[in-house]
Amino acid sequence: MGNFCYFPQTEDDIRVMLERIGLSSLDDLYSDVPADFVFKDDYDLPSAMSEQQVRDWFEGLSARNAKLKVLVGQGAYDHYIPSVIPYITSRSEFLTAYTPYQCEISQGTLRYIFEWQSMICSLTGLDVSNASMYDGPTAAAEAMRMCLACTRKRNTVVASALLLPNVLDTLRTYAKYSGIGLVISRDVFSAIKDNADSIAGVIVPSINRYGVIESPDGLADAVHSAGGILVQYCDPSALSVIRTPAEWGADVAVGDGQSLGIPLCYGGPYVGFMACRQELMRKLPGRIVGQTVDASLRRSFVLTLQAREQHIRREKATSNICSNQSLMALWCTVYLSIMGPQGMRRLNDLCYERSHHLYNALLATGLFEKTQYDGEFLKEFCLKPLCDVPTLQQKLLDAGWFAALQTEEGYVTFCVTEKHSKKELDEVVDIIRNL
Amino acid sequence: MKYYDRLIFELSKKGRTAFSLPECEDGGIPSDAPFMRADAPELPEVSEPDVVRHYTNLSQMNFGVDTGFYPLGSCTMKYNPKIDEEIVSAFNGIHPLQPAATVQGVAEVYSTMDRALAAVTGMKHFTFLPCAGAHGELTGLMLMREYHFSRGDMARTKVIVPDSAHGTNPASASVCGLEIIQVKSNADGLVDVEDLKPLLGPDIAGIMMTNPNTLGLFEKDIKEIASLVHGCGGLLYYDGANMNPLLGIVRPGDMGFDIMHLNLHKTFATPHGGGGPGSGPVGVAERIVPFLDLPRVSGFHGNFGVILKACAYILSLGKENVKMAGKLAALGANYIKESLKDCYKLPIASVCKHEFVFDGLIRDNGVTTLDVAKRLLDYGFHAPTIYFPLLFHQAIMIEPTETESLETLDAFIEVMRKIAQEAETDPELVRSAPHNTPIGRPDETAAARQPVLRYIH
Repeated sequence: MGNFCYFPQTEDDIRVMLERIGLSSLDDLYSDVPADFVFKDDYDLPSAMSEQQVRDWFEGLSARNAKLKVLVGQGAYDHYIPSVIPYITSRSEFLTAYTPYQCEISQGTLRYIFEWQSMICSLTGLDVSNASMYDGPTAAAEAMRMCLACTRKRNTVVASALLLPNVLDTLRTYAKYSGIGLVISRDVFSAIKDNADSIAGVIVPSINRYGVIESPDGLADAVHSAGGILVQYCDPSALSVIRTPAEWGADVAVGDGQSLGIPLCYGGPYVGFMACRQELMRKLPGRIVGQTVDASLRRSFVLTLQAREQHIRREKATSNICSNQSLMALWCTVYLSIMGPQGMRRLNDLCYERSHHLYNALLATGLFEKTQYDGEFLKEFCLKPLCDVPTLQQKLLDAGWFAALQTEEGYVTFCVTEKHSKKELDEVVDIIRNL
Repeated sequence: MKYYDRLIFELSKKGRTAFSLPECEDGGIPSDAPFMRADAPELPEVSEPDVVRHYTNLSQMNFGVDTGFYPLGSCTMKYNPKIDEEIVSAFNGIHPLQPAATVQGVAEVYSTMDRALAAVTGMKHFTFLPCAGAHGELTGLMLMREYHFSRGDMARTKVIVPDSAHGTNPASASVCGLEIIQVKSNADGLVDVEDLKPLLGPDIAGIMMTNPNTLGLFEKDIKEIASLVHGCGGLLYYDGANMNPLLGIVRPGDMGFDIMHLNLHKTFATPHGGGGPGSGPVGVAERIVPFLDLPRVSGFHGNFGVILKACAYILSLGKENVKMAGKLAALGANYIKESLKDCYKLPIASVCKHEFVFDGLIRDNGVTTLDVAKRLLDYGFHAPTIYFPLLFHQAIMIEPTETESLETLDAFIEVMRKIAQEAETDPELVRSAPHNTPIGRPDETAAARQPVLRYIH
């Protein structure tokens, strides 16, 4: 004992502590556990590794992952990550803190969440943001539940079939067990008409699964006159340039913050965001930080409106969510501080011109055609391949590119960010031309 | 900690930038593009040094495990090893939709973790999709329902939850479309088996249990409870929030649990990050395995970065030290309990596991649990969990974990005794605490009555 680096107890310490408790051995602490349940074997685990062995083990694993340049999006975007972000987020005062229950010694966390909420409001144009959710798809599922909470005795939610596949799958799961009638449709307007009596809400993408920027003209009016609320699923990086949910008349905006400076990291941890109009504030799930003052009138920040939450309301809470993805919200907040309005504009300009460069060059090869989903796009686009897709994908992989992800209809998508120069993209086109 | 009163927006000056990106070559988005928003978003315009200094100043108003003792009950605030942080960066560039052949190292992490968690819990397999404990509860309950559906057993729509349960249990059950039935605790703080019996029937999907429960007590009647619940056709769900003290002692699978979640950010030492990201993998017994891949509950593959850290933690400890963690955690909790029970009301005196609950001061002199918690902040400790579980009005729930030294525990005990004394000699000092923190107690009523939830330019 006392010889493992995370355990500070010496044999003497253990003796002193047992004496105080009035027991003679550590096993006596478990005398109430029925003997036939006590696990007497060794765990089927390896023996302890030294720090160097652990490092070597993971380096070995890392070598078994291909090092690829990424031209795929579909909900996870390969943007450049400024070095300031990991530097700040690895500060242990942020990293090793719990949820800010004791606000007097958590003003750091509470302030950056307040900043995050403010930035999400600014990107979406909406009034109120929560402190964050697990990821985009779960935020969409929470929004679907919120549709029911905001309307009376209505339980149909219409979701556009053009939402990302993993968003639709998550909605299906949550709907199945919550007794929500989820209608997934390519024609949202007709679906609203068909369900006018029971509609609680409509969920549509701001940019669809093919990368096209949607123009939902008249949708907000249609949803509102049917008595439902409108939810838009958005890429927050794109929201810094494209028309906002508020401008489209949406009541709720959700999405994934990953595109704001969070590493791909095989899909997580990311962070969901959720914002709504003022009138719906008390139906918003999750944590919310608010500003107030202490007795000396110093500006202070606290968790607020907690009467909505599970630790107070238990089964009557707006959601079962207990944590947020606080540290990932900090990643995004630092990212947006670094980028500012000019940086976000430049970023989207670069994505636009480089993705259009690749789009035009691919069409020029004669190996692709436009699809019926052609339209205005910022960084992700979809083409109909006239070549063998597995060969195309493999040749690209062999050259170190993850690209041309196939959709369920057999099209391929590409996503171009500011990370790849036109010269690199021309190399991709050369590989494809020489299939 | 010093008070720092700026928001990043207040450092903004038009024209200042911190980004570093190449210039556009083709003019970017055309000026007549039809999809543009009316105005640019109101984001701060600051320099890189501004950003670094601002967030460094914010961090210095925060308390973390690396700062000091964090005896927060049911939260298992153990030391977060630094090697676990370092290994993540080599995996940062991997896209979640990459083909299997290009992510063999990632796959090995998942299979290693599946085997390790199965070994420690006695479950058969795990899904890693849930992003937190409450998310794991919801997923586990979905699997419970799928199991009943698969047998055509559609009438099981109720779930039993003890009155001492974490608030997430009933909330998760509700989100999963289940009706909640509460079972009472007996005078010893354990599930009252006699109260349970009449609740059981053909409408019961299962029971959610935390063992040791939120009073830190081992549910020693678990064998009978398991047999009763299974006997009525229900399943047993194990809330793994309190798994830490069972490491090396008993496995949930062996106690008869069918489905469980673990909080990797508690038992397996990944940092809490100020409220997340966590990871709440769900494990199941053999008969539930066929349903494990059914529900997509999150975007991709769960919080892979967190799973990596937990994997590094398990490999560092190895089978020898994983086995010691539970006992050392229980040792610390009992040591504090025995050292303070003459000053603080101990409603249930039996040997506890990783945590225990006081019900306020013995001689309170008008000093509440909230006051004691706030005074602790003045002495450089984080407060325990307070006013939970709901069974006691002045609950103070203390969990020290195995990574705290005897000297740290003694220092905490000394301060807790000192506060008990202050409550007698100078109660106002305690009632008005904290005095040495960046802010004093804020006006929470005002915050909720007239909410200010974002910065107004």
